[in-house]
Amino acid sequence: MKRIVKKHRLATRWFHWVNFPVLAIMIWSGLLIYWANGVYRLGWGDTTILKFFPRSFYDALYIPHHLAEGMAFHFFFMWFFFLNGILYVLYTLFSGEWRELLPNRHSFKEAWQVLLHDLHLRKALPPQGKYNAAQRVAYTGIIIMGFGSIITGLSIYKPVQFNWLCALCGGYAAARIEHFILTIGYVLFFLIHIVQVILAGWANFRGMVTGFDVEEEAIKAVEEEQLNEAP
Amino acid sequence: MSRKPKQKKVLSIEQQVRRRTLRAFVIFFALLGAGWVLFMRLYHEQREDGVQATLRKGLRLNERLFSSTFSTRRIAKKYAVSEAAPRVRVNGDLGTAKPVDTVNWRMKVVRMPGDTLQLTLDDIKRLPRTDVVFDFKCIEGWDQVTHWGGVRFSDFIKAYHLDAEMLKQYAGLQTPDKQYYVGIDMASMLQPQTILCYEVNGRPLPLEQGYPLRLIIPVKYGIKHLKRIGTLYFSNTRPPDYWAERGYDYYAGL
Repeated sequence: MKRIVKKHRLATRWFHWVNFPVLAIMIWSGLLIYWANGVYRLGWGDTTILKFFPRSFYDALYIPHHLAEGMAFHFFFMWFFFLNGILYVLYTLFSGEWRELLPNRHSFKEAWQVLLHDLHLRKALPPQGKYNAAQRVAYTGIIIMGFGSIITGLSIYKPVQFNWLCALCGGYAAARIEHFILTIGYVLFFLIHIVQVILAGWANFRGMVTGFDVEEEAIKAVEEEQLNEAP
Repeated sequence: MSRKPKQKKVLSIEQQVRRRTLRAFVIFFALLGAGWVLFMRLYHEQREDGVQATLRKGLRLNERLFSSTFSTRRIAKKYAVSEAAPRVRVNGDLGTAKPVDTVNWRMKVVRMPGDTLQLTLDDIKRLPRTDVVFDFKCIEGWDQVTHWGGVRFSDFIKAYHLDAEMLKQYAGLQTPDKQYYVGIDMASMLQPQTILCYEVNGRPLPLEQGYPLRLIIPVKYGIKHLKRIGTLYFSNTRPPDYWAERGYDYYAGL
């Protein structure tokens, strides 16, 4: 017997899907800004493994010579990114959803087991609630990264007005590097996220849009419902 | 979402799933599409001073928010002279490309139309000297700790009794050839680290650094640190600003 069960609330889906294009715009406009002083690389001494970014990358995305436009977009959409993020955090706090999302003392060990499982190195998955341990770590980590982007961003944006914040980041140049690394982090998160969504299948993706899931077993569905009803 | 009452209706679970999925995805793509249309409209919007009008409005709102929190007591971080770079980066030669007539150079200070002070470099050097060592920040994203010497703008205002001018909202500066020009809010001009600068690393400014006199204003991006001052004037409306006309934020405050 199949049954429709609630999975993601409207607010969760709203914040998630608003964040997606807004973050994309922030990363794109950030690239327009970064290009004007694109000095970062991965390497040591004279050896460069990866240059941020190769010329072909810039040209393919029409990045060069748009610094002014990049700043105008970045400092406009930063408010949407900030507000959406803050509202999401407040929502998870007040709705109690943080209980599903915050790692507990078992999460880090279990996240490792989940990773081994996903890499087909381990058969069994540790028991989980709505989100598994790896998801808890990832979805909480990304929020901390968001805070990091706000703090390092403000330090670059107004280093004199927020000189204490800038000092906290280790100075202006350090704040710029940290802001950049966090952005690379979002991109890596996004790539893993996409792979996981594809692997998890259609029903999982549908859940993030529609909000519901279809349970196969009636008894399990009832349990799920009760779980979701719990305050 | 409904559970009990609708379960008994003629619709099977599969039909319900299909119906609700379709509805949700239609709304989802409609919202995504609307977002895309809005963004493209913004992207192709009429430009105001080189940037989309809405974004220009955004820059002004940010300016209002951050300049209202601006305190002249807030100081750009100070560094020791020994931390300053021996070789100061040169970025651009707008307004300083042509040679300067060093003998006849004067800083023109327009007090009123027809009432212009003409000051020599020695007039400026006679005033109390201030050293500023700070982390110079270019709008391109690089920074460099540099050491500058000159006269505090607020000292200059006092020495020449420019009290009425000080009450204006903006100061405007131009190079002698008028090729480069900036406008700066008075609060930032009067910040104690803002100097009319004639020395770098204890030596006279080289030509490419704005000899004979340039502005150093640590609460602003480098674009506002005009080299080779020709004219200084005061206004309650925004003086024209070279980079602000080309899509950059007028305020450019740090």
